[in-house]
Amino acid sequence: MAETLLKVEDLAVEFDTRDGVAKVIDNLNIKLDAGETLGIVGESGCGKSMTALSIMGLVPIPPGRIAGGRILLDGEDLLEASEARMRQVRGNEISMIFQEPMTSLNPVYSIGNQIAETARLHEGLSRADAHQRALEMLVAVGIPAAEQRINEFPHQMSGGMRQRVMIAMALACQPRVLIADEPTTALDVTVQAQIFDLLNDLKDRTGTAIIMITHDMGAIAEMAQRVVVMYAGRIVEQADVDQILTDPRHPYTQGLIRCVPHLTQNPTVERPPLLEIPGVVPPLTHLGTGCPFAPRCQYADAQCRAEMPPSKPIDDDHAVACWLTERETAA
Amino acid sequence: MSAPDNDVLLDVQHLKVHFQLPRKNIFAKASKVHAVDDVSFQVRRGTTLGIVGESGSGKTTTALAVMRLTPVTDGSMHLGDTDLVALEGEALRKTRSRMQIIFQDPYSSLNPRVRAGAIVREPMDLMNIGAPGDREGLVGELFKKVGLRPEQQALFPHQFSGGQRQRIGVARALATQPELVVCDEPVSALDVAIQAQILNLLRSLQAEFGLTYLFISHDLGVVQYMCDEIAVMYLGQIVEQADRISLFTEPLHPYTWALLSAVPSADPAVRDRADRVRLVGDPPSPIDPPPGCRFAGRCPFAEARCVAETPSLRTIRSGHAVACHLVSDDGVPPQRRR
Amino acid sequence: MSDAKNTTPSNGSPGDVDEIFVEHPFRQFVVMYMRNYAAVAGLFVFVLIVGAALFAPLILDLDPFEMVDAPLLRPGEGGHLLGTDNLGRDLFVAIIYGARVTMAVGGAAAGITLVIGLTIGAMAGYYRGWVDEVLMRITEFFQVLPPLLLAMVLVALFSPTLETVAIAIGVVSWTGVARLARAEFLRLREQEFVKAARSIGARDRRIIWLVIMPNALPPLIVNAALTVGIAILFEAALSFLGLSDPNVMSWGKLIGDNRDYLLDAPWTITFPGVAIFLTVLSMSLIGDGLTDAFNPKLRER
Repeated sequence: MAETLLKVEDLAVEFDTRDGVAKVIDNLNIKLDAGETLGIVGESGCGKSMTALSIMGLVPIPPGRIAGGRILLDGEDLLEASEARMRQVRGNEISMIFQEPMTSLNPVYSIGNQIAETARLHEGLSRADAHQRALEMLVAVGIPAAEQRINEFPHQMSGGMRQRVMIAMALACQPRVLIADEPTTALDVTVQAQIFDLLNDLKDRTGTAIIMITHDMGAIAEMAQRVVVMYAGRIVEQADVDQILTDPRHPYTQGLIRCVPHLTQNPTVERPPLLEIPGVVPPLTHLGTGCPFAPRCQYADAQCRAEMPPSKPIDDDHAVACWLTERETAA
Repeated sequence: MSAPDNDVLLDVQHLKVHFQLPRKNIFAKASKVHAVDDVSFQVRRGTTLGIVGESGSGKTTTALAVMRLTPVTDGSMHLGDTDLVALEGEALRKTRSRMQIIFQDPYSSLNPRVRAGAIVREPMDLMNIGAPGDREGLVGELFKKVGLRPEQQALFPHQFSGGQRQRIGVARALATQPELVVCDEPVSALDVAIQAQILNLLRSLQAEFGLTYLFISHDLGVVQYMCDEIAVMYLGQIVEQADRISLFTEPLHPYTWALLSAVPSADPAVRDRADRVRLVGDPPSPIDPPPGCRFAGRCPFAEARCVAETPSLRTIRSGHAVACHLVSDDGVPPQRRR
Repeated sequence: MSDAKNTTPSNGSPGDVDEIFVEHPFRQFVVMYMRNYAAVAGLFVFVLIVGAALFAPLILDLDPFEMVDAPLLRPGEGGHLLGTDNLGRDLFVAIIYGARVTMAVGGAAAGITLVIGLTIGAMAGYYRGWVDEVLMRITEFFQVLPPLLLAMVLVALFSPTLETVAIAIGVVSWTGVARLARAEFLRLREQEFVKAARSIGARDRRIIWLVIMPNALPPLIVNAALTVGIAILFEAALSFLGLSDPNVMSWGKLIGDNRDYLLDAPWTITFPGVAIFLTVLSMSLIGDGLTDAFNPKLRER
């Protein structure tokens, strides 16, 4: 078993809204081992991006508030850390890449300049050394003719190239954790495949652990070793990626996998209707005491609507928060 | 292409849509975007033709051209017996009731200042569908058909969720009782769990009203589920066209093959396939494209001929056409010859 | 961030049965405006000034040009609330009457600004191409002219009546509105609901006025409120320079008439100045409140 690098314990994040307090994250527990890729899946509004922002210490306060829990990076509680310490952590030890490579780069500086700036800021490199580092990073992320392109500006590059630059920036200080928040949603599928290969390759070479946030089960399957499925700010299921795909236990996970028409090599003439998850994610301000998925769940009964199911391990490294599996295992 | 028969609702031949770019300075040569370059296809009544491709492939421009929402540079388009390219002014306006479009973004496609019921009613008023007194009832019917409650007519778009907004968009498209519905990425802006609701809805409406769909998407899984026939576009041209089963079981064009293998798959058997291929580089820009096969620059099998000569779309076997020099006449693609 | 935004309740999925809650957008608009206290204060001041301008003359029935007492009396002296000016006219009465003129000229000038600017901006943004080129070159031509100088020339050429002043101000200040309207039209015409309108057979005129315009109006209305303030300042500047109707009392004229007594009787200039300041400030606060009220993002909070 590899050593645990990052551990989130009982994290709770609340937001003040006009309609009351929204529990955007509740009772969240995850751990990330060195060198692994952890996938976080769910619909928008499930709290997956907020989890990333919490780890980065970037939850907007107010209206947000950390209502409890700990985020341990090598035993150090980041929630207790000073802002100065967090600035060191961000970029140096934990970096993040975002969905939109068009807007995450500053249009008025050359890309080399932006990567070098990160290195200078965190490691106090000289100008020449920082430039050299930027060049190395551009080569590492597979940008052709890096010597020339280092002086280009973001608008001169394609979306895929910009995302590579973002990755180069994020990895410039050799962080131990890289958070990728829907890194390929804005990209074409052939370019997405290249970015996945790049991330996997970089992970193998540098040992950087990756938290991959996405709504695409296919992307999770390609990238992650372990998966956390989130719904309405809570973890409903977590397991090895193969277990999740072959034996999903939570009705929401099952729905998430089966409601998408997956590409198959052997299409049949018959096309049965897709499984639908009816309704929408409930407002986080009015969740009630029961399972948040109960209103959309075809198996829900009185207990589901009344009580929040606890997360119970059903196997090595496979935990589910559902009364249904709870009762099945007991029987 | 075969002679037009009665079964064909939409017949597009040699469609070209070029955009002139403003000159960078007065001495520069004016550049042209070849958004759609000599595209031909037919859609049979009651079926769905899918157009799939990456950004810059011209799939959305093709859809807008069919809807006459973007200027057509050259080519012919027929909806039944009506020549769509020749129509102008009032005649074009009238014909619009026969073809409707569902847009990608359910947020920007509904006027935020108009109530849902009025959005669905507006096309009826403009196109004189039904007696004015009956229209309110018709709108209510449509709301039920697309899975909304008639009482929700009084709400404004921002009071609906994304999936519900797309249902309003579907109801608006059906309000004129069209023959052809162009679906431009109708689910790609929706949450994964909501996509299935809209896809199922579109299929059941097709079965109920005998609708013909031109379905634009970048998502191969969605296309595979929705479409009877599929055209793969790359940089303004159709590179391969086939029925649903043969396109996915026997992709001929190297680009189709690369596209299929780039889709992340939840199926371990697919993921570990040995013949998966990775393309290098990005799709090139459609501004002043080079001669020859447009895919040649990224194609792992490209030869001298590919750069020199533009391959034409030729039929390999019934219903399966490909534009590639390297696919042999008996249908062996280069990726299978290694 | 997107996670937090998307948690706003969506009313009614197809399955559930919740009550339909229809709030008219105007009600929401009022609620949002009322939440901005500064804007409410601005509106209060504005209503006060407009009220005074409209009704006080009917009640007071005085002539602001009448010399009622000795010149340059201090505020309160001789029963004159704000004192008298260099010709012995009651300053309070003059300011009340001046409000009518200032408001009328400011409002009319802003109206002219809006009409010219909207029309030109809408045409340029909607039709683009050569229409846009021609209209924007015209706009730029007006932009590079020094506005005050141009207005002075216009007023000097024609007779210095209130209408001329209002038109002159309108003619020199529409360029901003035109550019703003053009930008809004350029942005909105690419929105899918505009394409949707065309695909259901709406004609150009309908698309411009009934589809795009209502969506383009909010920033333009805010701009119009600010334009009223600017027009008031403009009118004051012209009157100060003596380029307004000499038979009509206005705040700028009061300041212009009394400028030689600035050091001896500062109140003669201060009070009309304060009146101008308060009016322009109230317009600017109202503009601010309208921005908030029109912003749907703030509304959902």
